[in-house]
Amino acid sequence: MDAVATAFGLVFQPYVLLVIALSAIYGLFVGAIPGLTATMATALLVPVTFFMPPVPAVAAIVTATAMAIFSGDIPSALLRMPGTPASAAYTDEAYLLTKKGQAETALGAGLVFSVLGGIFGVLVLIVAAPALAEIALKFSSFEYFWLVMLGFTCAIFIAGSDPLKGLVSLLLGLLISVVGLENPAGAPRYTFGNAEMMGGIPLIPLMIGMFAVSEILRFAVVVAKPEMATDRPFGNVFKGMGALLKKYPLQLFRGSVLGTAVGALPGAGADIAAWMSYAMSKRFSKEPQKFGTGHVEGIVESGAANNAALGGAWIPALVFGIPGDSITAIAIGVLYLKDMNPGPTLFVNNPQNIYAVFIVFILAQLLMLPFGWGAIKVAKQILRIPAALLMPLILLFCIVGSFAINNSLFGVVVMLAAGIVGFFMERWGFPVAPTILGVVLGTMLEEHFFSSLIKADGNFLAFFERPIAGTLGVLTLSVWLWPLARMLRRR
Amino acid sequence: MRRTDAFVGLGLAVLAWAVLWSARAFPNVPGQKLGAAFLPMLVGAGLLLCGIALIARSLRGRAYADDAAAEAGREHFGSSLVVIGAVLAYIFLSERLGFLIVAPLCLMAGFLAFRIGWQRALLWALGGTGLVHFSFYKLLRVPLPWGVITPFY
Repeated sequence: MDAVATAFGLVFQPYVLLVIALSAIYGLFVGAIPGLTATMATALLVPVTFFMPPVPAVAAIVTATAMAIFSGDIPSALLRMPGTPASAAYTDEAYLLTKKGQAETALGAGLVFSVLGGIFGVLVLIVAAPALAEIALKFSSFEYFWLVMLGFTCAIFIAGSDPLKGLVSLLLGLLISVVGLENPAGAPRYTFGNAEMMGGIPLIPLMIGMFAVSEILRFAVVVAKPEMATDRPFGNVFKGMGALLKKYPLQLFRGSVLGTAVGALPGAGADIAAWMSYAMSKRFSKEPQKFGTGHVEGIVESGAANNAALGGAWIPALVFGIPGDSITAIAIGVLYLKDMNPGPTLFVNNPQNIYAVFIVFILAQLLMLPFGWGAIKVAKQILRIPAALLMPLILLFCIVGSFAINNSLFGVVVMLAAGIVGFFMERWGFPVAPTILGVVLGTMLEEHFFSSLIKADGNFLAFFERPIAGTLGVLTLSVWLWPLARMLRRR
Repeated sequence: MRRTDAFVGLGLAVLAWAVLWSARAFPNVPGQKLGAAFLPMLVGAGLLLCGIALIARSLRGRAYADDAAAEAGREHFGSSLVVIGAVLAYIFLSERLGFLIVAPLCLMAGFLAFRIGWQRALLWALGGTGLVHFSFYKLLRVPLPWGVITPFY
């Protein structure tokens, strides 16, 4: 109980609360502008959080992402352009609602059910993470090895429509992780005699490149002018939400559960959760014919799902150090920088920090109601700011941010290269998430593989001898063998 | 996209070959049969197989969704080259000339490439440089280079 009190003390300080408020505004703004994603918001925040104590640093990321995922709904409804990829699943639906003169319903449902879904995700996180950490304390390198493998498998088979391209993305990520001195033999790999490469490819500039610079390049290439769907002032967005809640409680629950689960799976985040939830909502709806004509049911379910995914994604991130989505992949980098190395011991050694993160999570969800309402009020002004004015400024932020991590231009070089690679990957249909997972987990994979190998004394069966490791191993292998088995059965 | 896939596959195969070739020189972990070469070898082999699979698939002519081609024709590659050029200019010139000279030039280039008018671009370039310099140099104490204007600092 002491730790909880300390945690409240850590959060309820003027400085931390100010950081939360500012990150909320920042997140709402970035999320609302099409082309600026929630992941980009996180990547751009990192250089700033670099200079903060751990709790406000994590608070900034948590708050900004939660707000950004919601405010992505705003341009969906008004411009038919998702503000973040997580809103793409129901963009048409929200836009058609606005066209029908029901902008308040579209935006209100987005806001209210985002908050409810988000709170659900956080509650699961609060209950599940410490319980899982309890189990994870007994994990050895065998379990971690299989967890990483299972994470890779999820990223390839669940996160993308094309497993082959997902696999390529993952392998490229692993290749990037191989660079440097940090390997079991301590030998320099692919450093090309460069002293900076010895330390490996710096993660934060890489992320800024992949998620921000690539978006700027994409913006530069495609120039399209969106049109505002409505010009009248909005009425009360909360009107009718009680009725929706009464009408669609099952949808809310289903969306929240699916969202949290998809979020917790490595490699799949809010955007995939929203797509899956939207499809599920249509499938089980009593009025599926209404979907795609401006029907709020799908927004309720997938709007809850994408915010629930945020909380879900932090479960494996905090307990195992395995990111549940691209945002937590960046957040893990921040945790390491802040000496809050993720893993079960975090719950034992620094429980107050973990509880503080939980409190921030709930606070962010609750703040979303007033802040989100405000964002909707000024949405039209925000959306009138031409992105062409923002993009070069963001580029300068990216450059200075990448430089600031090690005060070295090498970071800027990495950022540019990653941006160009990210641009072409997206263009050619290679998902970026598995690459990030590969980069983040490559070193961990190698380390656990070699310590397992040494313990097993060369006997590969030892990888399956411990019960949890064996289960995880069999699970991983069966996901890989399943398509093969199906192919053989068809013959 | 199908043709692109074949070329990407070829590129991956070449990359894989380079990885496999270079990994032979990495040492083993003392007392183990495997070592620093293991993961690169695995990645190289995987990339090689994937590259071949991509080429084979695109030669077989399996159809799949093609978003990029749908948008082709409405694209401006010039502006993206300006973006890349601006970052390169920053990398090569910032230490010599200083942040306060290079940053506004990079911003100007970006604004003009995105078709913002001259006056507005100049205003935003100066304001943006001031904002970034203030927040990173003054508040966050990032040592942004002064370059040639060090004597005036």
